[in-house]
Amino acid sequence: MVETPPLKNVTVKSAPPLEGAPPEDFLIEVLGLNLFYGRTQALKDISLKLRQRMVTAFVGPSGCGKSTLLRCFNRMNDLIDSVRITGQVKIGGHDILGDEIDVIELRKRVGMVFQKSNPFPKSIYDNIAYGLKLHQKWPAAELDAVVEKSLRDAALWDEVKDRLHASALGLSGGQQQRLCIARAIAIRPGIILMDEPASALDPIATAKIEELIFELKKDFTIVIVTHNMQQAARISDYTAFFYLGQLIEFDSTSRIFTNPAKKQTEDYVTGRFG
Amino acid sequence: MSAVVGMDLRSRNPQWWSLFFTGLTGLATLLILAILALILGDALYHGWSQFSWRFVTGAAQDIFDVHQAGIKPMIFGTAARVIIMTIFVMPVGVITAIYLTEYAPHGALVTRIIRGAVNNLAGVPSIVFGLFGLGFFIEYIGQHMDAGIYGAGAAPVWGKPALIWASLTLAVMTLPVVIVATEESLRAIPQGLREASLALGATKLETIIKIVLPQALPGIMTGAILAIGRAAGEVAPILFTGAAYYMASLPRSLSSQFMDLGYYIYVLTTQSPNVEQTRPIAYATVLALLLLTFSLNFVAILIRSRMRNKLRALH
Repeated sequence: MVETPPLKNVTVKSAPPLEGAPPEDFLIEVLGLNLFYGRTQALKDISLKLRQRMVTAFVGPSGCGKSTLLRCFNRMNDLIDSVRITGQVKIGGHDILGDEIDVIELRKRVGMVFQKSNPFPKSIYDNIAYGLKLHQKWPAAELDAVVEKSLRDAALWDEVKDRLHASALGLSGGQQQRLCIARAIAIRPGIILMDEPASALDPIATAKIEELIFELKKDFTIVIVTHNMQQAARISDYTAFFYLGQLIEFDSTSRIFTNPAKKQTEDYVTGRFG
Repeated sequence: MSAVVGMDLRSRNPQWWSLFFTGLTGLATLLILAILALILGDALYHGWSQFSWRFVTGAAQDIFDVHQAGIKPMIFGTAARVIIMTIFVMPVGVITAIYLTEYAPHGALVTRIIRGAVNNLAGVPSIVFGLFGLGFFIEYIGQHMDAGIYGAGAAPVWGKPALIWASLTLAVMTLPVVIVATEESLRAIPQGLREASLALGATKLETIIKIVLPQALPGIMTGAILAIGRAAGEVAPILFTGAAYYMASLPRSLSSQFMDLGYYIYVLTTQSPNVEQTRPIAYATVLALLLLTFSLNFVAILIRSRMRNKLRALH
């Protein structure tokens, strides 16, 4: 059950516009969000606004709530019985935590890539086609075209074009994760949530995923949870630092890494704790 | 000198305990094999002379006469009740297991009560299921059907022992086996696959039908195999619910009674006018019952291995 109390004096940390960006292009707005697992409070009064077509990184030590917040954006927390949420999450102006929201429609627009690559035990082709076929009927030729485009966009096409009908589970770890990205972008969501997408990959596969994220932000708004500070610094435009369920600092990545406002943030990003 | 260099790595005692235990596990396995061989061998040795084509495919005629007894109706009856049972128990068992693993709130009191009830159902003696079938299916449902269809006072059609009631009683008895096997196979499917499907905008039902169930099919077949194995040889549950001592013809409808291999063995050993003379018939019928159970199992195992190969091609 989601309660939305009237908002009073909420201080919202907005991502400051980068040079040349329009001032009010927020796509995701979080307002006074609290989340409880049973009696444990996992998120404490989180407020922040994320910009369109930017990569925002959520960083912080394990258990700080960053993944939990990410999973609010596509309502994956609905799967856990004991979760209770107060506050608002708005995407494109809609309060997505409301009961009247169609979660299926929301998840079509907000895709997700998980920490552990989870391709379906189906062929490479069917992995991509699965999400597409859920939402509409496709003439075979069109479906082929969308599958190809998705695999190209995920920089996987050249590696798999000769074995589209082979099992996806025969791919390497990095390829599987790029397949999961291809599967997510195939249904053209506006937002892609990534929950530590490269944490289980070797450095070369990680570099490929990072390049891919850089390409994808032309078309998608990306929110990525990561434990890897260098990764956050390399790929994100904005960084939010969480600690013990609270948003400590949220600013452009360059500021967070060169001149953070809070000492806690500086200690964390420089590796002194966490 | 470092500790590693100074350490004595020679084995101090020949590992008697380990040897003893290895021998013990081997002996236990051998015992099981010996018992199985003994049962099969005994049935083969004493039943072989009686086990002829005429005996297997012949009508019952005189059930106590070695030259006239045939077991076609018993084979038919046993196969029919097992198949009808399977048709009923599989959907109900699988759907219950889906409810318990995919829908029921985890760790909630209701879920624990249902699971406890399923486990207790597995422990109920089969004769109690027989009495339940008589009381619930025949005297309650069957007689109400008769009253509703044919009016009060008409001769019973459904309100008496019948193939359908015996099959349903067996279905109730084997329900826990199917539920537990299906639940295990559902729980073995990584949560990540469900999340991946839901995150693409699939509904829970689409996720279960398209992602979860195909993965669980071999495990579900294991449930079917165990249920068939358990039900094929059971006599107690069908004693009051459908098995007939003698019938001149094969059952014509679900409301007919039927002859049954297991029940026939019971009749031969308890009601025979001359035990010595009818003994070969009993042995040959045991042989037929074993063969029928094995072949029903074999077919199910064959289907399961084809499913597994199909899945394995994807792994």
